[in-house]
Amino acid sequence: MNDRLVYLDNAAATRVDERVIEAMLPYMTESYAVATSQFGYSLGLASKEALDSARAALAALLGAAPEEFVFTSGSAESSNMAIKGVALALGEKKGRHIISTAIEDFPVLHSARSLERQGFSVDHVRLDEYGRVDLEHLRELIRPDTTLVSIQAANQEIGTLQDLDAIGAICRERGVLLHSDATHSFGRVPLDVRQTPVDLLTVSAHTLHGPKGIGGLYVRKGTPLNKWMDGGFQEFNLRGGVENIPDAVGFARAIELVTPEETARLQEMRDRLTARLLGISQSRVNGHPEQRLPHNANISFRFVEGESVLLHLDLRGFAVSTGSACFSRSLEGSHVILGIGGNHERAHGSIRFTFGRYNEPGDVERVAETLADVVARLREISPLGKE
Amino acid sequence: MTLPYSELVMEHFRNPRNVGRIEEPDAKALEGSPACGDMVAVYLRVDEESHRIDDIKFESYGCASNIATGSIITELAKGKTIEEAKTISWEQAAGALGGLPPVKVHCSVLAVDGLRAAIQNYEERHGLVAERVPTDAVEVRHRLKHVMNPEVGLDLVRTKLVQEIEVAEGVVRVALDMAEDHQFANNIREEIVEKIEPLWDVERVIVEFVG
Repeated sequence: MNDRLVYLDNAAATRVDERVIEAMLPYMTESYAVATSQFGYSLGLASKEALDSARAALAALLGAAPEEFVFTSGSAESSNMAIKGVALALGEKKGRHIISTAIEDFPVLHSARSLERQGFSVDHVRLDEYGRVDLEHLRELIRPDTTLVSIQAANQEIGTLQDLDAIGAICRERGVLLHSDATHSFGRVPLDVRQTPVDLLTVSAHTLHGPKGIGGLYVRKGTPLNKWMDGGFQEFNLRGGVENIPDAVGFARAIELVTPEETARLQEMRDRLTARLLGISQSRVNGHPEQRLPHNANISFRFVEGESVLLHLDLRGFAVSTGSACFSRSLEGSHVILGIGGNHERAHGSIRFTFGRYNEPGDVERVAETLADVVARLREISPLGKE
Repeated sequence: MTLPYSELVMEHFRNPRNVGRIEEPDAKALEGSPACGDMVAVYLRVDEESHRIDDIKFESYGCASNIATGSIITELAKGKTIEEAKTISWEQAAGALGGLPPVKVHCSVLAVDGLRAAIQNYEERHGLVAERVPTDAVEVRHRLKHVMNPEVGLDLVRTKLVQEIEVAEGVVRVALDMAEDHQFANNIREEIVEKIEPLWDVERVIVEFVG
């Protein structure tokens, strides 16, 4: 009945665009030399040029200078590098206090936790029911020994966008550095570091039809940051190791292919899906209704459990994600839903749909119809919601 | 494509047997809670003379293995006397499904506990229960055999994680040889509380991670 997979988990990973692969290939089979110094041989110079222009393109999109953009292996590394790098650079000098939120993605959450075990203290800013930061509380939490604030640009599960301009202004006013994980908004929600006072920004290619294993960290000029990976002098002496030129080229090409028109198309599909799914009884949106990622919908259905929904959908050719404890590697319900004051039941029945380039308008109808059927079937066998 | 579940689990997940409710059942039980995750409800129709389970139905709020284990215990219990049905173990339930992934074994425990709770409900209704006995370390240990270590799919006692059990004035303290920041620590804590707290004379359960 449905031989084509309808993939709606584009926040987790995306299909790599053929044009991206095409752009990458020459740097594996032809221009495969390392990026040499300017006094190197010509094959190495070609590699260096490719790396430089990829870097320049990505930096330009953020309104940054090329030397402010460091390539990494992905967003996990970028966030580790930012948080631990600042902690190491300023821990002795300024203090050991970090401010973040309870709904960050694991690289930020666990980097902060690991610093906590080493004697840092971490405070979480209060959030409203949509996951938006309480700015007054942030102001209250900043202390003289606060070294870093790390607050995401957009949430990985519920899609809520933060007001980074306002958050950055508070940090600037109090002389505290701001890191933000923009993995899920990069390319889809415009951000210019000349306007937004952010000092470190995590980005990645894997959510934008680029390759896995390449990401970047924007580092505002003058930001104190310890060298992350010892090795040679690559990446402005912040990250040693042979540069991943094919993936860097792929990252730049991927971001070039993301357009506002495409994002609007994804948003249109997302809006239709949300409207359709809210037609199912006892359902609700998780996250902010407007201030959210354009390609993300997250809906909780009461009395059903997410892993069962996911498996039924998989059997019928749909790929989605859930915040259910049964699905998670730690058997814990989504820390995001719980972090915004939701209960286990809401996490249990939460389903995330994230759109990408290869979704077609008809996908909305198909997944909405199938999901309504699956939820009805599971509610029939559920002991809950009957009286 | 390799799903983590056996063909039998998938079959029972897709077409669960004996789903639903029995109107005015002779016994029923609801095991688990929405706060901790999965739930299973079991309804029994029991022949008063022979104590044989004439009809059994279940409802499930949970993952695929929860649905499948709920389904399989109804098949295993149907037609048995309540004494026979009491002896059905989670190992038998999991085995009848061709095995479960270690991280999902707790689902078969929940289903079997649901069945046992329904039988207990029947016994209570029919005056077949002995007097209530005070909770002691032996009873706590027995219950901990129903809490799984999701890493290996075996219970906490068998995997030697239980270091100490203390029962004093309604407070049960369980010390586990496991680190506080272990991947499954929070899950195991919740499961222990869920299993011990319902005991009639227990007011509080304290789980300590001393690994």
